[in-house]
Amino acid sequence: MAKKKKLQAVCPVEHGWKTIKPAGITEPGSAEELKTGDWRSQRPIHNMEKCIHCLQCFIFCPDCAIKTTEDGKFKEFDYYHCKGCGICAEICPVKAIDIADESESLEKEKKENKQNAKK
Amino acid sequence: MLELKFFGRAGQGGKTAAEMIADSALDEGKFTQSFPEYGPEREGAPVKAFVRINDKPVRLHCQIQSPDIVVVIDPTLLECLNVTEGLKENGLLVVNTPKTPKEIREQTKFSGKICTVDGTKISREIFGRNFPNMPVLGALIKAKEIIRMKSLENQIICIFAKKIGEEKTKKNIETVKRAYEEAQIDG
Amino acid sequence: MPKNKPKPVKGRDYDSMTGADAVAFGMRQINPDVVAAFPITPQTEIMERFSQFYADGIVDTEMILVESEHSAMSAVVGAAAAGARAMTATAANGLALMWEIVYIAASTRLPIVMNVVNRALSGPINIHCDHSDSMGCRDSGWIQIYSENGQEAYENTIFAVKFAEHPKVRLPVMVCQDGFITSHSVEPINFIHDDKVKQFIGKPKPEFSLLDVDNPITLGPLDLFDYYFEHKRQQIEGMENARKAFLDVAKEFEKTCGRRLQYFEEYSSKDADYVLVVMSSTAGTAKEVVDRLRKQGKKVGLIKPRLFRPFPYEEITKALEGKKAVAVMDRSASFGAQGGPLFLEISSAMLNSAKKPKLCNYIFGLGGRDTSMQDIEKVFEDLMNGKPKALNYLGVRG
Repeated sequence: MAKKKKLQAVCPVEHGWKTIKPAGITEPGSAEELKTGDWRSQRPIHNMEKCIHCLQCFIFCPDCAIKTTEDGKFKEFDYYHCKGCGICAEICPVKAIDIADESESLEKEKKENKQNAKK
Repeated sequence: MLELKFFGRAGQGGKTAAEMIADSALDEGKFTQSFPEYGPEREGAPVKAFVRINDKPVRLHCQIQSPDIVVVIDPTLLECLNVTEGLKENGLLVVNTPKTPKEIREQTKFSGKICTVDGTKISREIFGRNFPNMPVLGALIKAKEIIRMKSLENQIICIFAKKIGEEKTKKNIETVKRAYEEAQIDG
Repeated sequence: MPKNKPKPVKGRDYDSMTGADAVAFGMRQINPDVVAAFPITPQTEIMERFSQFYADGIVDTEMILVESEHSAMSAVVGAAAAGARAMTATAANGLALMWEIVYIAASTRLPIVMNVVNRALSGPINIHCDHSDSMGCRDSGWIQIYSENGQEAYENTIFAVKFAEHPKVRLPVMVCQDGFITSHSVEPINFIHDDKVKQFIGKPKPEFSLLDVDNPITLGPLDLFDYYFEHKRQQIEGMENARKAFLDVAKEFEKTCGRRLQYFEEYSSKDADYVLVVMSSTAGTAKEVVDRLRKQGKKVGLIKPRLFRPFPYEEITKALEGKKAVAVMDRSASFGAQGGPLFLEISSAMLNSAKKPKLCNYIFGLGGRDTSMQDIEKVFEDLMNGKPKALNYLGVRG
């Protein structure tokens, strides 16, 4: 599901007092838009071959950052919200989740994106 | 007056690092002030800490807008924050990263002095865990000797010796010294 | 990382500490009989440090961990009524919850000392500094002293003990410092020697004690048409006496501890044409601005009130008379009033002055909004350009 708009970890300040809603009223459920993925210094990497879809990770993830398929299987990590706490890797009974360094992963991602762009 | 800004993630020891710099300077007879920026931080959330070092008592109680030195403890913060915002053009940027200063220059477009050190690697090799706050201090002192290494060592002993024991304290000093050796400087 | 320092580094009389630590350090030296504690940001650090001293057996205090601020204030009221030297600390919503007993403490004439770490009152929820909490209870009958930095918070706390217990005063004292800005900022603090503090505060000499079974008393009786007004008049007199007593106690403080305390600090203001009046941490930033503008030949100055209740109106009037223009900066709003609390105080002080300067008010820094040197420079510019509005808002987005 595409996000309507992506806010920074700290909401950008721009509005003046005349235009904002009174008493701090904001959009419902706006906490979902906070990119807590920015808090991550390490990230979980999923290994589909090892995964037995027990969804222990789904149960234990404190940020609801495990996305599942309609038939109840592991789909992917929601890196927009994942804080990289590592609980999923810890709880996984078949060690199908590795924890990687976030900055290294970002570099890798960038390179892959570049290569894909060339293709 | 010298103004420093530390960028880190909550739990990485940015506040401790800032306080250590300030306390070392205090030991050397300077007047100091250090304060973190408090927000709704949780472990891993980006946090800032500030240091002022002066020959006279520090009376300013506003935030630091144009620091002389910026220290980035976690390299991923370069992706999501503008760390060089307000940094003086002839200032210094210290980053914990495996990259070279030239690569960081390309990434940040900062024109002043840049110093990098792979503090995470050093810490992992010495501690087996990532404590990036101490190595960046070693790199910082190499790039600009705002305090003497000896003063920092004293601070580390003063703060850590009782808390984590002599052996780990020595390891902390070792990481600082190795970072000092390995830090790369450009500009 | 808790850095608990019962004593500064050997061989020196200063050490780096947060403003909260400094107050806790002062409390250790005061060694109160009873301390009631309930956590609230950003006060928590004070009691956290003090309870460490208690746990380490460094103080003889009876520490009461209560279940709310209402109970904290009730506990110190009880303790003080029993003749004990009692202290507590709070902030914002904690102070608001104490409200009922805050008034009772003052009207029962109990010399309690409470550190208030100024924080914005909810809502919307905010943990950062403004003066809405302590300003809200400026009419509760408590003496109020404001601190520019940790150093002043430390000195004010020690001073407050003796001041509150002055036989002609017998009123509780609130020592205020700016939440986070000074309470969590690490700065070098210059200590007074333990013995000097002990000598200065002396032993408490309560006028009465509920524990004195040989001389039993009734405290807090029903007081209707018959005597309530007379008791209130007495309480007002106690506050009036505090004005003079402040100077006496300050003299003794200077003699014993070598620290000077004034109603307000005059910074380059005596020969100034344009003067800023601001309390607490912002005064430090303003001093730097004054220095900068003075270098440019501009005749500007600053007055930083330290004692807000009782308000030294005669002295302030004298200090401000004949100035061209004065800007009063308030870190809290008084909804529906003509300006912030400090402005109202100064306007009424100047009411009958023949040489009244042009007065204007700036509301600033609500909810911890940063006040930079440029912001303060702008206030001075407004003053010097001659036409500031009567009421201005500094740093709010329009």
